[in-house]
Amino acid sequence: MKYAIKKSLTLIITLFIVSLLAFLAFQVIPGDPTTKMLGTEATEEAKAALRAQLGLDGPVIARYFNWLISFVKGDMGTSYSYQMPVSEMLADKLPVTFLLSAMSFVLTVVISIPLGIWAGSAKSKAADLAISALDQMVMSVPPFFIGILATWLFGTVLNVFSTGGFISYKESLSGCISYLILPAFSIAIPRIAMTVRMMRSSIIAELERDYVRTARSRGAARGVILSRHVLKNALIPVITFLAVSAAEIMTGSIIIEQVFAIPGVSRLLLAAISGRDFPVVQAIVVILAAWIVIINFLADLLYRIADPRIRLR
Amino acid sequence: MMKKRILAVFLAAAALAGSLCACGGTTNQAGVSSDETTDSSGGYHANEITVGISQDLDNSLDPYVSNAAGTREVMFNVFEGLVKPDSNGDFVEAVASKVEISGDGLTYSFTLRDGVVFHNGAVCTTDDVLYSFETCAATSVYSNVVAALSAIVETTVDGNVITVTLSEPNSDFLSAVSSVYILPKGYTDHGTAPVGTGPFKYVSRSIQENLILERHDAYYGEGAKLDRVTYKIYEDSTALFNALDSGSLDLVAHLTMDQVNNLSNGYTVLEGTMNLVQAIYLNNAVAPFDNELVRQALCYAVDVDGMLNLTADGHGTKVGSSMYPAFGKYFDASVADAYPYDPDKAMQLLAEAGYPDGFSFTIKVPSNYQPHVDTTVVLAEQLKQVGINAQIQQIDWNTWLEDVYGNRNFEGTVVGFDASILSPTALLARWVSDSSKNMIGFSDAEYDAVYTQALATVDDAQQTQLFKRCLEILSERAANVYLQDLADFVAVHPQLKGFRFYPLYVIDMSTLYFE
Repeated sequence: MKYAIKKSLTLIITLFIVSLLAFLAFQVIPGDPTTKMLGTEATEEAKAALRAQLGLDGPVIARYFNWLISFVKGDMGTSYSYQMPVSEMLADKLPVTFLLSAMSFVLTVVISIPLGIWAGSAKSKAADLAISALDQMVMSVPPFFIGILATWLFGTVLNVFSTGGFISYKESLSGCISYLILPAFSIAIPRIAMTVRMMRSSIIAELERDYVRTARSRGAARGVILSRHVLKNALIPVITFLAVSAAEIMTGSIIIEQVFAIPGVSRLLLAAISGRDFPVVQAIVVILAAWIVIINFLADLLYRIADPRIRLR
Repeated sequence: MMKKRILAVFLAAAALAGSLCACGGTTNQAGVSSDETTDSSGGYHANEITVGISQDLDNSLDPYVSNAAGTREVMFNVFEGLVKPDSNGDFVEAVASKVEISGDGLTYSFTLRDGVVFHNGAVCTTDDVLYSFETCAATSVYSNVVAALSAIVETTVDGNVITVTLSEPNSDFLSAVSSVYILPKGYTDHGTAPVGTGPFKYVSRSIQENLILERHDAYYGEGAKLDRVTYKIYEDSTALFNALDSGSLDLVAHLTMDQVNNLSNGYTVLEGTMNLVQAIYLNNAVAPFDNELVRQALCYAVDVDGMLNLTADGHGTKVGSSMYPAFGKYFDASVADAYPYDPDKAMQLLAEAGYPDGFSFTIKVPSNYQPHVDTTVVLAEQLKQVGINAQIQQIDWNTWLEDVYGNRNFEGTVVGFDASILSPTALLARWVSDSSKNMIGFSDAEYDAVYTQALATVDDAQQTQLFKRCLEILSERAANVYLQDLADFVAVHPQLKGFRFYPLYVIDMSTLYFE
């Protein structure tokens, strides 16, 4: 109970700080939203009137708290660029990004953990060497480059994928998922490489521990030792790494959404920043921060399941 | 249990290896001709097209408020004024069926066309026209349109004829009228669900995904030939190009020379002009560019032809002053050669101006316009030859708007100015010394006098001469280092015909059809 309260407090404080920083950043960077909205030909009076209408003419702190109060009440405001409620825009975009992130994460876990175990338990054999070499190579390729190669290969050469042929999850969930497979792989591949490496070295380290020797001397089969004893211990550092990965996958989607023309929240964030669409930026930044805090919280819970010795404090 | 795990491991490894091989393989296949991928260019095509655009319409769609060039380019198909520009740059009757202008240029009579129907089904009446004029005058973000409308002293309606009287003649009035899009009276949701009278009606949009237009069946004229146009949005130029090259788009405009050279899907590439004046705009108010000799030296130091060869295989038109060739009547090609490439002369002028060893300055260029960035890179190299060290600073568009355009905090900047209305004043008014849009702080008494005189002149030939004189003055004073009107490459599906270039930044979808 104490733990839950503590975590909730951390969440609230983090979100408060993040939103304040995002707000202040917008005061520092040049670019007046009214110029964006009315263009270079508009009169100063028209811009001043719009500024007043948007509440951009008050002192910074007052504006921040105005925003905060409405946000807490559930009103994220109206987009400057699109004249639409921000909540409506996000309701459209968030599921896409979450789906993409979830797919990348699942791909990472499902592929890297078995591969890592295999490489780790087959120490210094040809398979391990091959995986390690591939790993090293793939790890150094940034996702956007994999994405560009993939769109070119599957789109232009093989003609089985159409960039921008995105199908909304509202129309067809399976269509949406099949469009997202390539981008999800582009995000996941370097992550997979890193996780395999992590898993492999963790397994190798555990296999050299005393309890493995004891188990073996008692006559336990190799497979049993691996699945019953080694795996649980070896997974703990990997879970930490995967938790960090889950957060990074979200940031990885920022570039991948551009490359694959996926209308998700990251692409919206970029456009909103360059368009000085302040209410949209604020809302997305807060949601992304909340996402990362919550992921860390889930990782804590997972530790506890993997290793009951860990007490949550 | 163990077998299952081994199988899982094997499958996972196979999947990983498969995806890796796929990516690795691309380099080997780089030379493969993709002629076989052009399956979309033959056979039956539904009577609708998908157009790729590089920026979202992240603007209000209200025609009086929206100002982004990309938004205007699309919404041109949705809205019409009493008159509208055609591809020759003339004004033709649209919502009005007849326009009469009195000999003294003070009275304009517009006869409302019969049977004009809005996209929402309402019939257009003179009330709608009056409403549109009032609303536009009150809310338009275009100061030149507002200024033109403010000169109306009287509006009378007689049956279906609307007569407006001006306080003084204004040769720009008709172009302002073409910007007064006729909207249904009392309808106020144009920002998100616009309603006009154009050949296409707005159907829907999905942020950063698409915008859909459909044929307006009740259109009075010949109307659109296509049933439906879907604009797909790709902010990433590689993504846009890949989609085009794979055949999933039917039309993409504003391609670069590089993209045209790399296009392998058998599409037709049309060449027009971008209709803008690209220049190194120099801040005439700060040193060293407050010295005319220095500005002239820069003009001599820049080899525009060489730059065009490097950036666009020689495509593009030299402009020499603030006018682009689509304004055939005013454009003067001879001004474009006023400063032939002459580095010796440039150095001599620099020495005369007190900079025998050259100087350093910063060129700010908006990072989202690749052609401007490419141009700047080439120019900086050329300027080095005469001892001028130009540092390039890439900034984002909104920073440019506030810092460079608004605060005039710059030395040089490479951008292109386009014309918001079909009138030479759209390009020339900003250089009058006291204009709020005069971002370079150009100040020349003769220019101000000639420009003012041109505005007051009713005789067309005389007025044209005066505007041409304005262009000469800008060239003589070396207000800016004028470069070019960029080539505009449009790739279209081989069976899609009827594309027309306009002297404005618009694409008319109503003339397109499939063969």
